[in-house]
Amino acid sequence: MKTFYTADIKKSDRIPRLVENLYKKMPEIEADRAVLLTESYQQTEGEPIIMRRAKAFAHILENIPITIRDEELIVGSATQAPRGCQTFPEYSFEWLEAEFETVEKRSADPFYISEKTQETLREVHKYWKGKTTSELATSYMAPEALLAIEHNIFTPGNYFYNGVGHVTVDYPKVLRIGYSGIIEETKAALAKLRVGDADYAKRSQFLKAVLISCEAVIGYARRYAKLADMMADGCSDYTRKAELRRIAANCERVPEFGARDFWEACQSFWFIQMLLQVESSGHSISPGRFDQYMYPYFKKDLDAGTISREAAQELMDCIWVKLNDLNKCRDAASAEGFAGYSLFQNLIAGGQDKNGIDATNDLSFMCINATFHVFLPAPSFSVRVWNGSPQEFLLRAAELTRTGIGLPAYYNDEVIIPALLSRGLTMEDARDYNIIGCVEPQKAAKTDGWHDAAFFNMCRPLELVFSRGKDLGVQIGPDTGEFRSMKTFDDFYNAYKTQMNYFIELLVNADNAIDMAHMERCPLPFQSCMVEDCIGRGKSMQEGGAVYNFTGPQGFGIANMADALYAVKTLVYDQKKYTLCDFKEAMDNNYGKDMDEHYAEKVTKNAVRELMEAGKTVSREDVAAIFAAVTANPCTDAQKAKYAQLLEDIEAIPKFGNDIPEVDAFARDVAYTYTRPMETYKNPRGGSFQAGLYPVSANVPLGAQTGATPDGRLAFTPVADGVSPAAGRDMNGPTAGANSVSKLDHFIASNGTLYNMKFHPTALAGTNGLQNFVTLIRGYFDQKGAHVQFNVVSRETLRDAQAHPEKYKSLVVRVAGYSALFTTLSRSLQDDIIKRTEQGGF
Amino acid sequence: MENMDVKGRIFDIQRFSVHDGPGIRTIVFLKGCVLRCKWCCNPESQEWDIQKMTMGGVTKTVGRDVTVREVFDTVRADMPYYKRSGGGVTLSGGESLCQPDFAVALLKACKEYGMDTAMESTGCADYAVISRYLPYLDHYLMDIKHMDSRKHEAFTTMPNDLILENAKRIARDAAHLIIRTPVIPTFNDTPEEIGAIAEFAASLEGVSEMHLLPYHQMGMDKYAGLGREYLLPDITPPSKEHMDMLREVVRSKGLRTQIGG
Repeated sequence: MKTFYTADIKKSDRIPRLVENLYKKMPEIEADRAVLLTESYQQTEGEPIIMRRAKAFAHILENIPITIRDEELIVGSATQAPRGCQTFPEYSFEWLEAEFETVEKRSADPFYISEKTQETLREVHKYWKGKTTSELATSYMAPEALLAIEHNIFTPGNYFYNGVGHVTVDYPKVLRIGYSGIIEETKAALAKLRVGDADYAKRSQFLKAVLISCEAVIGYARRYAKLADMMADGCSDYTRKAELRRIAANCERVPEFGARDFWEACQSFWFIQMLLQVESSGHSISPGRFDQYMYPYFKKDLDAGTISREAAQELMDCIWVKLNDLNKCRDAASAEGFAGYSLFQNLIAGGQDKNGIDATNDLSFMCINATFHVFLPAPSFSVRVWNGSPQEFLLRAAELTRTGIGLPAYYNDEVIIPALLSRGLTMEDARDYNIIGCVEPQKAAKTDGWHDAAFFNMCRPLELVFSRGKDLGVQIGPDTGEFRSMKTFDDFYNAYKTQMNYFIELLVNADNAIDMAHMERCPLPFQSCMVEDCIGRGKSMQEGGAVYNFTGPQGFGIANMADALYAVKTLVYDQKKYTLCDFKEAMDNNYGKDMDEHYAEKVTKNAVRELMEAGKTVSREDVAAIFAAVTANPCTDAQKAKYAQLLEDIEAIPKFGNDIPEVDAFARDVAYTYTRPMETYKNPRGGSFQAGLYPVSANVPLGAQTGATPDGRLAFTPVADGVSPAAGRDMNGPTAGANSVSKLDHFIASNGTLYNMKFHPTALAGTNGLQNFVTLIRGYFDQKGAHVQFNVVSRETLRDAQAHPEKYKSLVVRVAGYSALFTTLSRSLQDDIIKRTEQGGF
Repeated sequence: MENMDVKGRIFDIQRFSVHDGPGIRTIVFLKGCVLRCKWCCNPESQEWDIQKMTMGGVTKTVGRDVTVREVFDTVRADMPYYKRSGGGVTLSGGESLCQPDFAVALLKACKEYGMDTAMESTGCADYAVISRYLPYLDHYLMDIKHMDSRKHEAFTTMPNDLILENAKRIARDAAHLIIRTPVIPTFNDTPEEIGAIAEFAASLEGVSEMHLLPYHQMGMDKYAGLGREYLLPDITPPSKEHMDMLREVVRSKGLRTQIGG
């Protein structure tokens, strides 16, 4: 039996001070990258795009201000200010300029931006008009896809506004041979090309761009070596002086060459991780199997007696802190969908190796320690679980869960490996998977997964069944016929499927348009040189250079649609107690319930738009009158009573999440309406589409664009998150909920599924509590669920945190595929988290 | 299997239960009891009749008639969790001994399916009835509330002779017997009273474990909900220190013990 060092390792005093320094100020937007990027682009007009990208990257790394923060052992910061962010005008910029005034005040993820920065960026942006990926993507999209986006059926906003990210590069290779090794490999590939080759031009330009990028990174590290030496010269504290000298030596050595010890490996890792996020604005750049590729360096030092466990732990803790130093400013709408300043840098421990043997090691435990010590949302820490996982590892992970930090997320090898095999991965690659971002599995250093490609709201197509494809008076979907004449439930369900299929194809159109735009305008030579087989094929990831290519857009609202369709089937077609007209009328009137002012505003705007679409002029008085009518709740008492009865009858129908076989089977089928059509489509990089079923936190803002649904959900309230049952509807405890969720097909949703469970801390008390908790995870996984994560806080705690945010600055909760500080979330998202069923042990 | 159609009366099924037996369990609460313990936290379990109970302004029906098959289907749904944790089904109540045909058929079905089975019981029934249960029970969790028969009767309406007599026989015949004692202030919370029970428990053949269940008031508002008077309004739950002290008393009699189920 393998034995592990399972005890906690003492936290260094340095760590809390590093954390405190990080959180002293509100995060700030800085302009240096945008300015340098633009300078370079202006000098390279007319050159091949890949070369322009490399030169711009080099220009940025040569000139961007660098800084070493107090007491750091691992250095390299993308911004002057802690947790600051750079901007990326090559992807999009209009939204930022439009939000200059509001970005500091907004509820989700505010950023400070100085007058001077605003002025500088305004000037820079002039260059970018017409040159961004988002503008090119728009011009590639079919008009009906643009219309569907405008009407909130789905949103591909993530990659429309930003870089793609969502990758795990070949960290172990850089740790082993350094960028000098990659340069050699690239030169060899270049030497093999013949100038008469048909694709010589493209290939050679790409390889030369890689050379420029790698040289730039080496030069950047040397700048840090100089800075550290300079700071050491002026440092009177003997200990710090020695640290700075060592930092200087590290940066002189890595990442140019292979790392010789654990500290060098940590520093090398950090340069890779940070610089990927300077090259592009993509998030979810995921460190992946850190415990695996870092282990040899740790083991070597430990065996040689050159490092103590405490010192190694301190270095890891420093990396954990640095992962929280990176930041990104999104547009206001996206910020709500990704709330919590999250970059989704997913780091995973445990699981099998490529030969199917358990690979848990002492570093896997130290990853848990680091999360305990630093106690911040990053990294998105994950744990792989399979039948052979050591129990002590899961018990230790459960202890972390018990703190309420919402970490780790648990992933099931027994589902994910076969799911990846079904998508064409080799057995070895599938076994070696890690998670990207929230929940998306892939093989590191070989995959361009385009995970997180869009949010698709499965509730909206059902609304269109009731309106013959019209939304706000505009025909945006197919005319699936008069709903009153749908004689059987199958007629109704088929109409829903027709709407679904239509919009899924439009989503594919939109994603592929954006994909093309990234290929043509923002290929990434630095990232690509660390993903197989870009160097071999002589093309960037964005052009299809990776071994595995996917596009993974996620659907959400399954629980609502399962419950809604089941309610319609039962009440309209089986019991014939109501007609579809009854449902339509009740939903149009929000089941007779009042609308709060925020939503009433939306309804008014929609109504006004509808009138204008119909060619009517709407005066200011008309608007006021509509608003008054909406807020006044126009329903008569008789209507209210009628709708209340309908709601009560809907309530009485069995719901998804309660381990009722018939309903669960129904939900499985409803999920197929999204997952099955999706896998038939291809992307321009030569890969296929694969569905995910998870919402990040978009179930709240996108729910706010969705009217009442036949499951009794009121207008504009959040829709169910991920594959979880609708909030408050799973009434039979955690095993029943987990059983229901496991009845969905998690294999076909190979871009990941997300199941959120919320636990009261008492449910995990004592050794027994931990054991039962691990059993719950294992029991769910035995039934082939793919992922589960937990919020362990009491409802009272969360309520109190809403009332007294100042007392709960460090309260971390699980939002979706990630954790965030509760007090930084918008009120509605906070409410949603509170509402998710609180599961207790009895 | 015809036994699967046997009907019984239950008032709740609680899943993911982590007390009352090893591992993760599902507890089936049967309706109807022979005793009327003054502190009972499930007063709705006592009457055989189906009742109305009003809690927080909502009136609900307590009690429903079900077949063994219906209950078994719910119980076996959590088999994956039992397998992983050594858990299973626990019959509680009420008193399961009041519905032998139903309870035995259910236990048999669960046992033959491969589940761990347990029963919480007062042991207050004819031993011929009890012996029908034993082949299908892995753990008998038996309440011994007091060694003094008169005090026992004053607080539970029944003397303890039959219970104590049955305890000896169950100890001899059952696969595993654990003694459980609710610690009720003014009734049995002195070291002498608990010590007497522990001594008796230690004298039973093969018994090595006794659990102390501290009194709590979580069932108090159910009495009002049923239109009944709560007979112990003035007592408060024992302190942690007091429970720790009683635990030492039990230990001193040579028994393993824990506070709570």
